Amino acid sequence: MQQFLESFLPAGPLVVFVFSIIPLMIILVYALFAIWLERKVAGHIQDRLGPMETGGWHGWAQTLADLVKMIQKEDIVPAKADRFLFKMAPFIAFAASYGAFVAIPFSSGYIGSMIDVGVFYIVAITSLLSVSIIMAGWASNNKWSLLGAMRTAAQTVSYEVPVVVTILSVIIVTGTLNLMEITEMQTGNAFLGFLPSWLIFHSPFMVIAFVLFFIASLAEAHRVPFDLPESESELVGGYQTEYSGMRWGLFMLTEYADMLLLSLVGATLFFGGWNSPFGSFMDGPVWGAFWMLLKGMVLVFVMMWLRWTLPRLRVDQLMNLCWKYLIPLSFVNLVLIALWEMIF
Amino acid sequence: MTKVNQKGPEVTLSPPVDAGNGLKTQEMVVNMGPQHPSTHGVLRMELTLNGEIVTKAVPHIGYLHRCFEKHCEAMNDYNKVVPYVDRMDYVAAMNNEVGYAIAMERLMDIKVNDRVEYIRVIMSELQRIASHLLALGTFGLDIGAFTPFLYCFIEREKVLDIFEKASGARLLYNYIWIGGLMNDVPADFKTDTAAFVKSFRPKIKELNDLLSHNKIFIDRTANVGVLPGKVAINYGVSGPSLRGSGVEWDLRKDDPYSIYDRFEFDVIVGKGEMGTLGDCWDRYIVRVWEMEESLKIIEQALDQMPDEGDVQEAIPKKIRPPAGEIYCRTETPRGELGYYIITDKSTTPFRVKARAPSFVNLSVLPAISVGAMVADMVAIIGSIDIVLGEVDR
Repeated sequence: MQQFLESFLPAGPLVVFVFSIIPLMIILVYALFAIWLERKVAGHIQDRLGPMETGGWHGWAQTLADLVKMIQKEDIVPAKADRFLFKMAPFIAFAASYGAFVAIPFSSGYIGSMIDVGVFYIVAITSLLSVSIIMAGWASNNKWSLLGAMRTAAQTVSYEVPVVVTILSVIIVTGTLNLMEITEMQTGNAFLGFLPSWLIFHSPFMVIAFVLFFIASLAEAHRVPFDLPESESELVGGYQTEYSGMRWGLFMLTEYADMLLLSLVGATLFFGGWNSPFGSFMDGPVWGAFWMLLKGMVLVFVMMWLRWTLPRLRVDQLMNLCWKYLIPLSFVNLVLIALWEMIF
Repeated sequence: MTKVNQKGPEVTLSPPVDAGNGLKTQEMVVNMGPQHPSTHGVLRMELTLNGEIVTKAVPHIGYLHRCFEKHCEAMNDYNKVVPYVDRMDYVAAMNNEVGYAIAMERLMDIKVNDRVEYIRVIMSELQRIASHLLALGTFGLDIGAFTPFLYCFIEREKVLDIFEKASGARLLYNYIWIGGLMNDVPADFKTDTAAFVKSFRPKIKELNDLLSHNKIFIDRTANVGVLPGKVAINYGVSGPSLRGSGVEWDLRKDDPYSIYDRFEFDVIVGKGEMGTLGDCWDRYIVRVWEMEESLKIIEQALDQMPDEGDVQEAIPKKIRPPAGEIYCRTETPRGELGYYIITDKSTTPFRVKARAPSFVNLSVLPAISVGAMVADMVAIIGSIDIVLGEVDR
C-alpha cells in the first residue's frame, strides 16, 4: 500500500501522513455507521423502527445530524473543574484507541505499522484509556463522575488480566506477537479439509479462549452488562456527567472505536483476520479489508445485541466474575492449550 | 452575575479515619436527585457513602407539592375534586377516582347500579395492570435492562387506548364521578377488553423469560433491600411492597369494597424464591403475578357485567352531603389509599385528606437501605415503586 501511495504522491512526510490517517478515516466512517446501526438494532430488538426520517433511507443521516448538533453546542466547563485536565481527558481517551489501530492488519496490503510486538502494543496503549477516564472523573469535580471513574479504574485493571491471558494462550499457538504474521498463519483450509484454518478451529480450548476473550473485551470496552463506568441509571452519567458537546462526543467515539478495536483483535486472533472464509475465493488485499471489517462488525453486532438484552451487573459482582471465574478459567485454559500444543 | 447564597441542609460527617497506610478516609455525602434518572421523579436522597456502601439514606420530599388538600377546600363542587385526585398518583388515576367516589357515596348513602360497579372494577383492574407495567418496566430500566421497559410500554399503550375510547383521556381521566361515571363505555368496550386480556396473557410469560428469570437480574435484586414483614407492618407499608414481604393483606379481600367479594382471585405474596423473603425480587414478582390476578378479575367481570343500566342515574344534581366525616380505603396498585373527608352542609369539602400509599411506603426506605451499595439504592427505590406526585400531593 505504501508503494501504491508513493506511485502518485511525492515520497516523504506526506505519504506517511496519508498512511497514518487511514485508521482515523476508518474509525470515523465506522462510528457514523455503528451509531446508526446501534439505533437500528436497538429499535428492532425493542419492536420499533429506530430512526427513519433523517436523510431519507432508514434515517441513515441521523448520526451526521447529531454530529452537527454536537459541534454547535456550547463548550461548557464546570466552574470548579480542573480546566486543563478536563479538556485533555477526551483527547487522551481517543488517542489511546486511535493509536492502537496502527497495529491492526486491515488487509494483507495494509497495516499502519509492522510492529513485531503488535498485540502487546495494543494491550499496552489501550490501558491509557483508564488514565484518561480517571482524569475526566477527577477533573470534573463531581461526585458521580468520581464514583464512575473509580469503578472504571478497578474494572479496566481487573479485566485486562483475562484479556492478556487469553491473548497469551493464542500466542502459545502462534509463537509470534506480530498480528500480520498471526493472520498469515491462518491462511488456507487446513482443518478437516473444509474448515478454514482459523485459530478458533485449532482446538476446543481455543473456543473457550475466545469466549473468555469476548466477555473480558465487553468489560474492556465498557459495554453492557459491564457498562458500570457510565451506568446512566445509577451514576447519572459516570465520568461523562459533566461533559457536553463535542468533548462528550469524543468519549462516545472512543467507546465505539474501542468496540471495533477489540472486535478486530478478536477477529485477527481467532477468526483469521483478513483471510477469506472460502479459501482463495474472494481473496486479495481489497477483499481482505472487506473480510476483516465484516468479521469485526459481526462481533460489534453481537455486542450491541447483548446491550439491548441484558441488565447490568453490580460493581462487586463484576469484580467477582473477573477474579473468581474469568481469571482462574483463563489460566487453566492457558495450561490446557499449552499441553495440547505439546502433545499434538 | 448574581451570586446565590444557598443554605444547604446541615450535614454531619464522621471525622477522617486513618486507613492504616498513612492515608485518611472519610465518608462522602452524595445527593441522589432531585434530577437523577432513577429516583422516579423528583425525590432527593441524601446518601452518606463509605466507598460505595450506603451508611445512611435520608429521603427529602416536597419538590412536587401541589397543595392538593388546600385546592380541594376551595372547590365549590365535590365533583370538581376528581381532577385533582387524578393528579396524585398520575399513573393510576382510575384507582384514585374509584377511592374518592366510593368514599363520597358511602358518606351520602348513594347506591350505584351494577353496570357502574362492574365498569369501575374493570377500569381499576386495567389501571392496575397499566400501573404495574410501568413499575416493572422502569424497575428493569433501573437495573440496566432497557428492552423490557419498551415491551411493557407497548402493552400499557393498549390499556390506555381502551381508556381513551371511554373517557377521551390517556392519563388523567376524570371518568369516575360521585354516583356514577362521566359517560357510558363505548359499544365495543367488552370486545376490546376481552381482546386485550387474550393478547396480554402470553406477554407476562415473555416478560418473565426476558427479565424476571435473567441471572443478572436475579443477582442484582435477590437479597437486596430486604424488608421483613414485621418491619413493613410497623412502618405501615401496604400494597405489593407489603405482600412482597410475605404478609397476606389485600383490601380487595380483607376489607372488600365495591363488588370485589363477587370475584375469585388469589392474593399474591412473596415467597423468597430467589433469596430472602421480602427482597427486591419478591416485590417485583408480586407485581408480575398480580397482573395475572387482575386479568382473572377482568374476565369474570366481563362475563357478569349487565348490558343495561344508566351509568348516570345515581349522580345527584347538586352534591350537598350531610355534615359528617368518613375514612374510606381502597387498594390501589401502590397500596392502601385512604380518603378522610370531612363535610359540612355546604357544597364545598371542609377537608379532604389522602393517606397516600407511596408516601407511607417511602418512609421505610432509610430502614432497608443501610449497607446497600449505590446501585442497590436504585433497585430499592424502584422496587418500592413510588410515584412522587402521590408522595407530595
